[in-house]
Formats: sequence, structure tokens, C-alpha cells
Amino acid sequence: MKVLMFGWEFPPKIYGGLAVASYGITKGLSLQGDVETTFCLPKPTGEEEGFLNIINMSQVPIAWRDVQYDNIKGRMVGHTAEDYFRFRDHIYADFNYMQGLDDMGCMGFAGGYPSNLHDEINNFSIIAGVLARSEQFDIIHAHDWLTYPAGVHAKMVSGKPLCIHVHATDFDRSRGKVNPTVYSIEKNGMDHADCIMCVSELTRQTVINQYHQDPKKCVAMHNAVYPLSEEYTNIPSTRRPEEKVVTYLGRITMQKGPEYFIEAAKRVLDRTHNIRFCFAGSGDMMNAMIDLAASYGIADRCHFPGFQRGKQVYECYKRSDVFVMPSVSEPFGIAPLEAMQCGCPCIISKQSGCGEILDNVIKVDYWDIDAMADAMYSLCTNEQMWKQLSDEGIKEVDRITWEKVGLRIRECYNQLMGRGWFNNDEYLNAVKNIK
Amino acid sequence: MKTICLYFEIHQPVHLKRYRFFDIGADHYYYDDYENERAITETAERSYIPALKTMLEMTETYGKYFKVAFSLSGVGIELLEDYAPEVIELLQELSKTGCVEFLAEPYSHGLSSLANEEVFMEETKRQCKKIKELFGQTPKVLRNSSLIYSDEIGALAGRMGFKGMIAEGAKHVLGWKSPHFVYSCAHNPKVSLLLRDYKLSDDISLRFNDSSWSEYPLMSDRYADWIAQLPQEEQVINIFMELCALGIFQPLSSNILEFFKALPAACKERGIEFATPSEIVGKTKAVAAMDMPEPVSWNDEERDTSCWLGNGMQREAFSKLYQEAGRIMVCQDRRIKQDWDRLQASNNFRYMTTKPMSVNMIRGFYDSPYDAFTNYMNILGDFIKRVQDLFPIEVENDELNALYTTIHNQGKEIETRDHEISQLRARLSKLEGAVADKKEEKVPAKKAPAKKAAAPKAAPAKKEAAPKAEPVKEEKVEAPKAEPAKKTPAKKAAAPKAAAPKKAPAAKKTTKK
Repeated sequence: MKVLMFGWEFPPKIYGGLAVASYGITKGLSLQGDVETTFCLPKPTGEEEGFLNIINMSQVPIAWRDVQYDNIKGRMVGHTAEDYFRFRDHIYADFNYMQGLDDMGCMGFAGGYPSNLHDEINNFSIIAGVLARSEQFDIIHAHDWLTYPAGVHAKMVSGKPLCIHVHATDFDRSRGKVNPTVYSIEKNGMDHADCIMCVSELTRQTVINQYHQDPKKCVAMHNAVYPLSEEYTNIPSTRRPEEKVVTYLGRITMQKGPEYFIEAAKRVLDRTHNIRFCFAGSGDMMNAMIDLAASYGIADRCHFPGFQRGKQVYECYKRSDVFVMPSVSEPFGIAPLEAMQCGCPCIISKQSGCGEILDNVIKVDYWDIDAMADAMYSLCTNEQMWKQLSDEGIKEVDRITWEKVGLRIRECYNQLMGRGWFNNDEYLNAVKNIK
Repeated sequence: MKTICLYFEIHQPVHLKRYRFFDIGADHYYYDDYENERAITETAERSYIPALKTMLEMTETYGKYFKVAFSLSGVGIELLEDYAPEVIELLQELSKTGCVEFLAEPYSHGLSSLANEEVFMEETKRQCKKIKELFGQTPKVLRNSSLIYSDEIGALAGRMGFKGMIAEGAKHVLGWKSPHFVYSCAHNPKVSLLLRDYKLSDDISLRFNDSSWSEYPLMSDRYADWIAQLPQEEQVINIFMELCALGIFQPLSSNILEFFKALPAACKERGIEFATPSEIVGKTKAVAAMDMPEPVSWNDEERDTSCWLGNGMQREAFSKLYQEAGRIMVCQDRRIKQDWDRLQASNNFRYMTTKPMSVNMIRGFYDSPYDAFTNYMNILGDFIKRVQDLFPIEVENDELNALYTTIHNQGKEIETRDHEISQLRARLSKLEGAVADKKEEKVPAKKAPAKKAAAPKAAPAKKEAAPKAEPVKEEKVEAPKAEPAKKTPAKKAAAPKAAAPKKAPAAKKTTKK
């Protein structure tokens, strides 16, 4: 089975949860042995793992240029020069009018989330047309709204079933005040999709209710985590009994509800003094949060170490007594699972998708700062409860694997390949045994 | 002849309110009054009242043939008194029929039997007293909260003077043995054990209304048949359940009460009797000792204590709570005592279980075991603080124990003195009696016919009966006085000894009439 996948992020270049999820899904599928994935990235680094075929969208030509094999061979990142020539044979229109074409006839991508994102999305979709014409595949799988137009385009060209993966919706990002352009892109992608994979039931309901999709073609496809590498497992725990650390880790933006964390912190600090609050991450609300902490007079207990990368993230979990994710609306939220792997108990908002598959976490409403403070306090003061959550959390999260997610996605693919449409009820029946 | 022993538990937990850690030290009221009222009225209306009315009806229909036993936790009684006194009234009415026995149980419906003997004995005695006050019966058979039983608890019951205990007929303990016999405690052969037949009990309390069950719908005829068809030598069938089973676990619409109403008739046809636990304990000899070194309960598939003390949090809460036992036993503060009872209730621990959801598992308003634990520990934190304010933490446990022993000894001293006083009084009255006896030896005989004449008069006018009964009682008191009075002279001379006891029963007979 050949899958053409469109994605925006992939490790080792990580901007957010999307990269991790894309990696997990492709890896989970690759373990089945008979799934060949072609993954299209706007700007790969060339250091991606080799279990899938990476296509570098920055080096797929959309305008014919007379280039020599020897000249470009050394410049290719991702796919090979042979692929380049094959793609060149499938240019379907004259795109010479476009600005920004390089000497290879390709459109460059900045990677990540630049300010001209909408142009990049459009370019991505144009290039997808070339790919859809030159590649052989059975299924199209598009991750996140940035790649939906590309997926839809590929479906139009090839007539193959389209699967879109909703990692987040604009309703989550904007607390309900959606950007009409983004909404229309999302809605268009969903309308054309044959199967909509949502990372949680929460997201699935948003898709059904806000995007008016048929519940039958929407499926909740929860994420998972990869087991910690030895490097990370061996990070010693630096918890200190005399001083507890409560951690927030993630982008400091409206969606993640950082202000509720500060409010709860204030309530805890009104009562106790041996607790520190760590605010790891960066984002547009960071300065506002520092101001808020200062205005409450708890700035000496709140720390803002900034964006954490790679190993730092795990060091942060290992040093923490409690991990808090107060998201106002979190489609899934992989961070709590990672924290649990490190044995760090989590408090998550009930508005987080990952809560649907986790039992050994404390769930509170994001706005219920009293409950949040209460949970923080008891985890910091009650060693038994901490131990219970920590031990059981590790056990629980170890059972959530990408392999199982891969099998579930495979079930969706099978349905789509067999008859071209998808039914969620049949899917639920079929995956009962994948627990 | 086969005997059915029916027993129902009546208990409702006191619901705790949402208590945040910032309430610690500021708010000393821990209960959700609204929920308590709602829960108890609902249970009373949907289950207790209709069920008890049915039983009352059954005692009328079947007279003394139908027997049933109840046990009420003290905490539950308090709730019923506050919000549903009609349930207590119904029970009092039932008690008057003579077909009902009340059992002893720890006042709090807690786990003190696993933690602290002193606490357990104290609260069981307190519950017995309460039962005596309300229903005029002194419980003779003990049932522990949720039927928790182990050899040690059995021995403890023996020391407290109970003749029997009821326990779970757990498969892993019984093995090949049948629960349809009376067993005895391994540590004290004087304590008989009645073991619950979980199959027959659960047929009613869990499966009665389950249409997917192969025996659905269950009729009393068939149920009685099952009992009648048990092997000849299996004589005692113990059917124990919560009273909530009738009406809440199995809705009234399932006609469960009709099933019960018809059960005695069906049993009578097949020659099956009903009896209360103490009747069975009194007349049936134990066949063997039953070893139960580990505590066994009627909860969950495991039938052990894992649903209260299965995880670290539960054990932590449990040990924190009972650490204060010593201080609380000394304490005289009424509110602290009441909070202590309510916090001990096993339900609080049950909410914290992390076991996969089991039958009838209700977590109250808690989202998760962690939520339940947090709330309970916050309350416990405040409670412990209050207790320690009374008895500062600097007061060493040894000191406290010494204090406690003093009080305990004082209590004992008072007891022995009371005993002495009563003995002296008895001797005094004996002597007085002896004097009186000599003066008018034949007076009681003359009085008796006079009473006889009074009795028929009392019958038509009931109101008069009460005051007229009093002199009869007085007579009863007099009679034993007369008896030893004759013994006192007998002590010195052996010869008239034989004559004296013979006279005594004769005197009793006359008074009884």
C-alpha cells in the first residue's frame, strides 16, 4: 500500500506537536511492513530518518528549466536528482509567471510558520499537483490545515481517496474567534475528504458541529508517544523534597490558558512557600504573564526559562513535581504523555483531548482555578498521591503506543481502499481489539 | 428443616462537600447538606419505606413465621433521624412485631476493625446503645461494616460478648465447604459464624431485573425450589443484602417487592423456615471452625478489603485518620466525635479506589480517585489540626496514653464501684425483703388473683392497659427478691435449701399470669 502524505513539520526540525505526531504516525505505519509512505515536506533538513521517502517540496519543479544532472545532484536534499527529472516531466501548467522561482524552476519555502503563510500554502498545493501526476499511490493523507489544499488538489488529479488528519482546528487556536480564511481552507479540506481523522473525540465534535461534517466520516484517532530513549530515561530525577516545582510547558499563547496557571499559582502561594512555578516556553502572551505574576507579587516564585528544546524538555519534566496543562482547548496535547513517561504527575484541563485516553491524571476544568490549585497543593504535599500517579502514570502511558495508532489508521485505509468511503461505526467495531 | 436467614443492611454515607485546601483552618463544616438530604430522602422514598412497609405487611400476613434482621449504622441512623424519621418509625413498628432482630455494627460503618480495637469496641457499643434506645433490643449478633471479617475480629466479637457474627461466604475461603452450615470462629469457638450465600443473595440484589440473565424473570416459587433442592444436610441459607437492593439496585417496577411478598408462602409450602441470626446461633451447633486469617468482605469480586485499602492513597488516608484515634478517644468535644464518625465511614475510602469500575460503584461527585483523595485529605488535614489543637502535638503519645489509661481506669473504677453499690443495694433489699417476707409470706399468692381480675378489665380499654401494666412489672421485681430472700437463711442451714428454689418458680408463675 502506497500512501502520499503531506505534512508541514517532521523531526528533527520541531516547531510543535505536529512534527512529533507526524513522526509517530509514519513510524507506526512503517512497522506494518507493507505500507510505503511518501512524505512531502516544505523544507526538510536531510537528516530525517530513512523509514519513509521524503520529498522536498522546495525542490520539486513547477516550471521547466534546462538543468544538468551533475549540477543539481549535489544540491538535492530529501529526494534525488532522478526524482527531480521525473517530476519535471509532469509539470502540468506554465507557472513561469510566479515570483520567487529559483534556477531549478522550484518555489522555495522558508519552513516553519512565516508571515506569508498563505502564499506558502498555495504554493504547496501547486507543487502537490505535480507530485500527484508523477507518483503512484493508493491513499492521500494530509496533516493539518496547511496541507489540506495540497491534499484536495492531489485528490482532484488522481481520484484517490483523501484522508485528512485534524491535529487542531482554528476554533482551538482562537478560542472561538476564527479567522475566516483559515476556516474556509479547513472547511474545504474537510468537505473533500473521504475520511477525517481527528486527534480526539473533542476535536471530532468540533469538526462535526462547527464544520458541519458527517459524523460517519469523522474518526477519533488519538495520538500516542514513543518510549523514551535511553538518553532521556537516564536523566536523573532532580526533585527536591524541600522545594517543589510545578511546571507549565508549552507555547505561552491564549489557547494554552497560561493565565489560569498563574491564578492557581497565586492561590497556592497564598498558603505555602516551598513551591516554585516554572513557566517553560515562549509565545505572544509571555510578557503579559510576567506582568501578571509581578502584579500578584509572586514573581520571585515564578520562573520563565524560555523555550525548551530536545533534552531540555525532559530535564524539565524530571525536575518537576507536577506538570500542568491548563489549555482552554487542546485538540490532543502530547506533552502530558511525555511528562508521565518521566514519572511526573499531570494536571490537565478537561478541555484536553489526551484526557480521553488517560485515567491516571488529574482533570480539572481550565477555568476552575480553585480545583487546579487544590490539585497542585495536594500533589506537592501528599507523597502517596504523587507516587500513585507517578507509578500508575508510567504504566498507563507505556500502553499507549504508535504501533496501535498505526494499526487503527491502517483499518481506515483498508476501508477507504476497499470501497472509497468510510464508516466510523464499522471502524469502532473493527478496532475493539486494539487496546 | 431448612432455614432462611434474611438480613438487610441499612446505611447511607454522609456526603462530604467540596473542600479546598484553602478552607483548611477556616471552615470546619465538611458536609454537603443538600446532597445528604436529597440522597437519603430519595433512598427512603424509593426503597426503604416501600420495602419496610412490605415487610410489615408480611409480618401481618405470616405472623411469626416470617423473620428478618436489620443492621443500621449509627451514622445512617443520624441521617434518617434528621431527614427521614418515618423510616425509623417503620422499623420501630417492625420491632414490635417480634419478627425482627437488630444486629450490632460499628457506629461509623468504618474500617476501625482493621485499625484499632479500642475504637472498634467503643463504637460498636455505642451503636448497640443507640439500637437499644430506639428499638428496645440489645443486639446479640455482630456484623461488621461491609461484612469485614477475620479470625481476629471474630475473637474480638467474642470478647465483647457477642454470640455470633455474620460474614461473607467467600469462595476463596470456603473452598469446597458450603456456606449453608453454621461455623465457628477459629480463635473463639463460642462465636458462631453465619456465612452469606453470595449466589442466592446476588440473584436478588444484583440480577433480579437483569433481562439478559438466564433465570430472568425470577419467581419466588423457583427461588424457593432452589433452596429446597439443596442437599438434605445443608440447613442454613443466609441471604444478606443492602436494603437499597429493593428499590434502588433493582427498581420497584421490577416487582421485586411482590417477589418478596410471595416468598414466605412459597417457602412454607416446601417446608422451609425463616429465622433471625440469633435464633440460628442459639439453636444450631457449629459444624467446624472456619479459618479466615485475612480479612474478607462482601465487596467486589475479590471479597477482600482492596476496594478500601487497595492503593497507596487509600492506605495513607486510612493510617492518617487512625493515627488520631488515641487523641479522639480522650477527647470530649461532641463535634469532633461526630466528625470522627463520619470521616471513618468506609465509603470515603471506596471513592478513592483505582480498581476497574465494579458493580454498583458510585464515585459521588468526584471525578476520579485522585479528586476524592484530595478532597478527603484536605478535610482530614483540617480535622487533624482541630484535634491537635485540643491536644497539642508536643503531648507525647506516651503521655496521652497515660492520660487515656487513667481515664479508662477511672471508668473501670466507677464501674466496679457501681457494681459494688448495686450489690450492696441488692443485699440491703434482700435483707429488707427477708424482713418483709417473714411478716407476710403469703401476700404474693393473694395478690396474684387480684391481678388476674385486673387483666381482663384492661383488654377492652387499651389506654388503661399501660398504667395497669406497671404494677405487674413491680411484682416481677419483687419475685426475684423473694427468691434469694429465702436463700439467705439457707446459707446457714443446708436442710431447707431444697424447699426454697421450688417455691421460687411457683411464685414466678403466678406473677406472669
